[in-house]
Amino acid sequence: MTDLASTDAAATGLTLAETDDSTARLHRNLFIAIAVALVIAPFVAYPVFVMKVLCFALFALAFNLLLGYGGLLSFGHAAYFGMASYVSAYTAKNWGLTPELAILFGTAVGAVLGLVFGALAIRRQGIYFAMITLALAQMVFFFSLQTPRFTGGEDGIQAVPRGKFLGLVSLADDRALYWLVAAIFMGGLLLIYRVIHSPFGQVCKAIRDNEPRAISLGYRANQYKLMVFVLSATLAGLAGATKAIVFQLASLTDVYWTMSGEVVLMTLVGGLGTVFGPIVGAIVIVAMQNYLATLGAWVTVVQGVIFVLCVLLFREGIVGVIAKAIKKPL
Amino acid sequence: MPEDTILSTSGLTKEFAGFTAVNGVDLSVRRGSIHALIGPNGAGKTTCFNLLTKFLAPTRGSIVYNGRDITREKPAEIARLGLVRSFQISAVFPQLSVLTNVRIALQRRKRGDSFDFWRSERSLKELDAEAAALVDAVGLTSFLGLTAGELSYGRKRALEIATTLALDPEMLLLDEPMAGMGREDVERIAALIRKISANRTILMVEHNLSVVASLSDRITVLARGQVLAEGDYATVSKDPRVVEAYIGSGGGHGHH
Repeated sequence: MTDLASTDAAATGLTLAETDDSTARLHRNLFIAIAVALVIAPFVAYPVFVMKVLCFALFALAFNLLLGYGGLLSFGHAAYFGMASYVSAYTAKNWGLTPELAILFGTAVGAVLGLVFGALAIRRQGIYFAMITLALAQMVFFFSLQTPRFTGGEDGIQAVPRGKFLGLVSLADDRALYWLVAAIFMGGLLLIYRVIHSPFGQVCKAIRDNEPRAISLGYRANQYKLMVFVLSATLAGLAGATKAIVFQLASLTDVYWTMSGEVVLMTLVGGLGTVFGPIVGAIVIVAMQNYLATLGAWVTVVQGVIFVLCVLLFREGIVGVIAKAIKKPL
Repeated sequence: MPEDTILSTSGLTKEFAGFTAVNGVDLSVRRGSIHALIGPNGAGKTTCFNLLTKFLAPTRGSIVYNGRDITREKPAEIARLGLVRSFQISAVFPQLSVLTNVRIALQRRKRGDSFDFWRSERSLKELDAEAAALVDAVGLTSFLGLTAGELSYGRKRALEIATTLALDPEMLLLDEPMAGMGREDVERIAALIRKISANRTILMVEHNLSVVASLSDRITVLARGQVLAEGDYATVSKDPRVVEAYIGSGGGHGHH
C-alpha cells in the first residue's frame, strides 16, 4: 500500500492544488458578483429594503462565524445586536455623534458585551452554553425594559438623526446612506471571509470538529472560543448599530429573544457553515417578512413551515445544497 | 528521581463519589522505553490514563514529568511540554482535509498560538511539505485531499499518529491504539508504533495482550485501581496474582 501511495503522491498533490485554486477563483468571482449586485441593487429595488437585508445579512454572517466555524450555538445574539443598536441610536440622537462614530461606538459596546458574556458562557459546553447565552441576553432585555431613560422603554429611541457622514455628507437621502451601508456590509463580509481562512480560523475549525483533540495538541481551546465569540459579537454589534441609523430607530424588538431566533433561522435556511449561506438566508427571511406582511401574524406561521421544511428536506440550507451539488465549499 | 525516569507518579489516587478508581499508584516510566499499562476491565487503566494526561484531576498524589511537577497543569500545557496523548476513539478533525489535520499540529509546534485572524491561510503553505511528508510516513498520501471523516477506521488511527508525530513529542501516551481494529491494521499500527518509538518514550494502555507482549519493554498490571505486578512480559504473565486477576474477571483479551 505504501508503494501505491507514493506513486499516487505527485498526481494527488497536483489535483489538490488545482481544487484549492479553482475554489479560490470561484469565491473571488462570487465576491465580484456580490459587489456588482450591491451597486445595481438600489436602482432596481427599494433602497431601505436592501439596507434592511444587508444589516440582517451581516448579523447572520456574524452568527454563522460563531456557530458554523466555532461550533458554538449562541441563543442570545440579540443582546449584541440590540445593545449596539441602542447605543448607536442614543449617541447619534443625544450626544449628536456623526453616524460613523455612533456606529463605531455601538459596535465597541457590542464587543465589550461579547467579551464579558463570552467569558462567562465558554466555561460550559453544548446546550448549557446556549442556555447561558440566552439567559444573559434576557438580562439585557430586562435591563432595556427597565431603563427607559436610556432605551425609551416600550417606545424605543425614535427619530434618530441620520446626520452627516464625517460631518460632511448628509445621509438623509436613502441612496446616500445606502453606499455607507453597502460598504459596511462588504467590509464585514470580507473580514469574516478572512477570519475563516486565517491560521486562527483553521484552529477554530479544528476545535469545532474535536475539542479534546485540539487541546491535546496544545491549543488552549477556551482562548480561541472567546476570541471567535468576541469577533462574532462585534460584527453583530456592527449590524445592529448600522440598523439603528438606517431605520432611525432602536427598540425592544432588537434585543428580544425572537431576534436571536430569527438569526438562527436565517443561518440555517441559507446554509450553516457556508460563507455565503447567511446572506441568502437573510434575503429569504427579510423578503418574506416584507412581501408577506399583508398576511399579518401568518408570517410567523409561514416562517415556521419553511423552517420545518428546511430541517426535513435540506439540512445543509440553500447554499449548502448548492455547494454539495458542485462539490465545492461556498 | 533517577536520571533515566521521564514520568513518575507517587500515590496517585482518584476517587469518584465513594468509589476509588485509582488507588495509590506509583508508576515510573523509563526514558526511551515502551511501557504498557494493562489490567482486566474496570482496573482503572483509563482513569489512570486520564489522570496522566490531565483530562482528570487527581484526588491525591503527584505526577512528575522530566523533573517537573505537572500534577496541577492543564491538558493543553502538558502537550506544550512534549507529553502528547492519543484517544481511544479515533481523534481526527473530520471536516478538515487529511493534510490540514496534520498541519494543525505543525501549526501549533512551529507558530505557537494562532490568534492572527487577519492573516491569510496562505501563510500556512510553508508547512504543507512537512505535513505531506508526515502523511506519507503513515502511508496515507493517496488520501491527502480527502476529509478525515471519509477515511476508514484504521486509516483514521494512522492519521491520528501522523498528527501526533507532527508535534515531535518527547513522550506519547497511547490510549488503546489497537481498539476496534482488524488483524491487518493491528500489524500495521504495531509496526508504526515500533518505528516511532526510536527516540521517544511511549506509555500505552492496551487490551490486546499479544501486541503488549511483542511491543513493550515493561508492563504494569493494574487491578482494582492498584498496581498488581510490574516487569517484562515473561515475568508478569507468570505471576499467579496476574493470572488470577484476569481469570477472576473473565479475561481481558476481548474488546469492549
